Amino acid sequence: MSMEMKNAQNLDPRIIGSALGPTDLGAEDHCITVRDLNLFYGDTQALKGIDMDIARKRVTAFIGPSGCGKSTLLRCFNRMNDLVSSVRLEGKIELDGEDINAPSVRVAQLRQRVGMVFQKPNPFPKSVYENVAYGLRLQGIKSRRTLDDIVEKALRGAALWDEVKDRLHDNALGMSGGQQQRLVIARAIAVEPEVLLLDEPASALDPISTLKIEELIDELKERYTIVIVTHNMQQAARVSDYTAFMYLGKLIEYDATSKIFTNPGEKMTEDYVTGRYG
Amino acid sequence: MNKHMADWWQSGVPWIWLNAAAVSASLVMVVGLLALIAYNGLGHFWPHPVWELEYRAADGSGMQHLIGEITDEEETSVERMRHAGAQLPENIGEDLDRFLLKTGNRDVSGLDFRWILGPLIVKRDKPEKLVVFERTEWGNFYGFLKNIKQDGKVVSEGEAAWSELQSRLDEVAAVRKQIRHIEKSEIGAVNYSIEQLRLDRRRLELDGDDTPERLAELQRRRDALQAEFVGLQKKLDAKYREIAGDSVTMTAMNAQEVDIPVAKIVRAYRPNGMNALQKAGFYLAKLWEFVSADPREANTEGGIFPAIFGTVTMVMLMSIIVTPFGVVAAVYLREYARQGALTRLIRIAVNNLAGVPSIVYGVFGLGFFIYFLGGNIDQLFYPEALPSPTFGTPGLMWASLTLALLTLPVVIVATEEGLARIPSSIREGSLALGATKAETLWRTVLPMASPAMMTGLILAVARAAGEVAPLMLVGVVKLAPSLPLDGNPPFIHLDRKFMHLGFHIYDVGFQSPNVEAARPLVYATALLLVLVILVLNLAAISIRNRLRERYRELEQ
Repeated sequence: MSMEMKNAQNLDPRIIGSALGPTDLGAEDHCITVRDLNLFYGDTQALKGIDMDIARKRVTAFIGPSGCGKSTLLRCFNRMNDLVSSVRLEGKIELDGEDINAPSVRVAQLRQRVGMVFQKPNPFPKSVYENVAYGLRLQGIKSRRTLDDIVEKALRGAALWDEVKDRLHDNALGMSGGQQQRLVIARAIAVEPEVLLLDEPASALDPISTLKIEELIDELKERYTIVIVTHNMQQAARVSDYTAFMYLGKLIEYDATSKIFTNPGEKMTEDYVTGRYG
Repeated sequence: MNKHMADWWQSGVPWIWLNAAAVSASLVMVVGLLALIAYNGLGHFWPHPVWELEYRAADGSGMQHLIGEITDEEETSVERMRHAGAQLPENIGEDLDRFLLKTGNRDVSGLDFRWILGPLIVKRDKPEKLVVFERTEWGNFYGFLKNIKQDGKVVSEGEAAWSELQSRLDEVAAVRKQIRHIEKSEIGAVNYSIEQLRLDRRRLELDGDDTPERLAELQRRRDALQAEFVGLQKKLDAKYREIAGDSVTMTAMNAQEVDIPVAKIVRAYRPNGMNALQKAGFYLAKLWEFVSADPREANTEGGIFPAIFGTVTMVMLMSIIVTPFGVVAAVYLREYARQGALTRLIRIAVNNLAGVPSIVYGVFGLGFFIYFLGGNIDQLFYPEALPSPTFGTPGLMWASLTLALLTLPVVIVATEEGLARIPSSIREGSLALGATKAETLWRTVLPMASPAMMTGLILAVARAAGEVAPLMLVGVVKLAPSLPLDGNPPFIHLDRKFMHLGFHIYDVGFQSPNVEAARPLVYATALLLVLVILVLNLAAISIRNRLRERYRELEQ
């Protein structure tokens, strides 16, 4: 089989779910803008001069080989990197035109606006209900009725309500991995963030759970700006509108997903998406 | 080595056997220890038969009539006994048995234990009529009941006297209970109030507020209390007179007749005439007395309730002090402090603190807590009581604090380990929802680390409850006149000295005037100490297991 044929098979428009979606990044409303971002772990530079705009209410995927900095970049958007004491940052990240690293920004409030879901499901050892209500209680919401409403809405939003409505008060650790990951998503959307960061959300899950998560992402983009880091090229192709390819801390190419997967502008991108390395 | 042997060696079976043997040896030692203590301690309360013996005195002075319990026996050589001057019959072989006879009657014969030689016993018998008295002083009395006198006149004789004695003893017991109540509660409260008034007066003088009106007011209250005291004293005297008249005449060994006031008798029983059921009832009553009553006779008789109470109270107070302190320190070390050379140094210091001998903590407690802190507290808050110290003297609070210091490293280390075991994904999950670090700690991390904290507390309790050496310096006494908890405000008296089971063992075993009589109590007290620690530990473990069940992700 020739390379062209393999490409054509891989990139069958039927599996590029968003191929018919938006393609012009410049015309989009930009939710997050990154300008000349450099990030250092001690003396090692992990991100090199990143410039990018994330489109509002679209799904943006970050792809690239391990260690290319895609997760680090993702964690810049809600300042999770603050937890690592050796990190130093240069450049600017703006959320709705506001510098998120400005001294006046309170990081806890920023994280309420920019939710995050991690690779491994990490529900708290509490009941399903308390997991979802966690962020709400942090905001000081005490009314039982308000909590009940929001918890139900969030669980419905994460397509989990029908499965757990009869055991809201069971320990969340008793659920399956896929359910746990959807619970974590429910927990994140319960606080109504603008942006949802997904760091390889399906890599620890079985194929059926993965499919459910992907369907969920498709629904969630109606209301949230979603940024997803993934190792799985098909997944990026299926769920995202825009794709950024990163390599060794640099943003190599960033464009509409259909373009990245069918007609990439860079040789490296083409090599990566066709599976020649990575 | 042949091949078969080599195979066996390589299979690892010998290693398994070695491990199993080590476990069995430990198990046997623990069980053996507990069994020995239990046997020696619990047997003491069972009513032993009392013997009446015709005995040829070993010094050849003629026949003796002895009454007593055999509490010990051993085999010894005839040769040795002859050498010690015993006149023994010929042809009795090489060895003989000798018995330790508890003859009681210390007030009559001076000694209450003596060794007798088996071959010199001419006749022995267990007469059912033999009576044992447990008395409030002078130990047990053994003898035959002759009659009961009231104000010097015989009122009852023979078998009738026995039932008469029982009913009179019941009356005496009831009156004694009333006396105890008057002395401990009523007069105690009046004394306490009078002492408070004295301190109030002294305070007024010190502050220069001693206006005549105020002094008169204090004097008026003092007079009222004094009147109350006199009334109580009268009531008390009447009670004492009520039971003073009765006495029993007893025929003791060597046909000696002795008069004993009924008021001095705690319990009268005829062990040789008891059936198994009566013995069991007696046993339970004695056991209950042991755990619930105050000690008598320099701690060699009666119960050890104050020591149990003191031990438990001290351990509880210690836990209340050490847990928050240790947890907070561990949280800082693990969560907030920058992990560098300094924190490593602090950790090493904390770990080494656990290895400091406990008596050193006692010395520190005495020097810092009692003399320095306590002395200053007295200067600042209790100047009216000086020169007699309030907190500047060993007491419950200082003992608890000293032990809290002693067990602090254990709690810190255990909590730190618990905190370290909580996955970072959980912390990140909380932070990503907009929680601050403090909120994450309070809502997620600390609850999940609570089983580890309980583990630390369990270790701390186990260590603190068995500790004696430092306590001798900072608050334990051999006999505390009152419990640290009573009906006088502020109800819990942290400045009071207290009794402790561990120290009680030492005191009864080695400092008692009658070591022979006290020996079984040493075992019984040791058993009780083990039980108290066991109960405290089981309580903590069950709490920990419930917490673990709740946060079981850590165990996965």
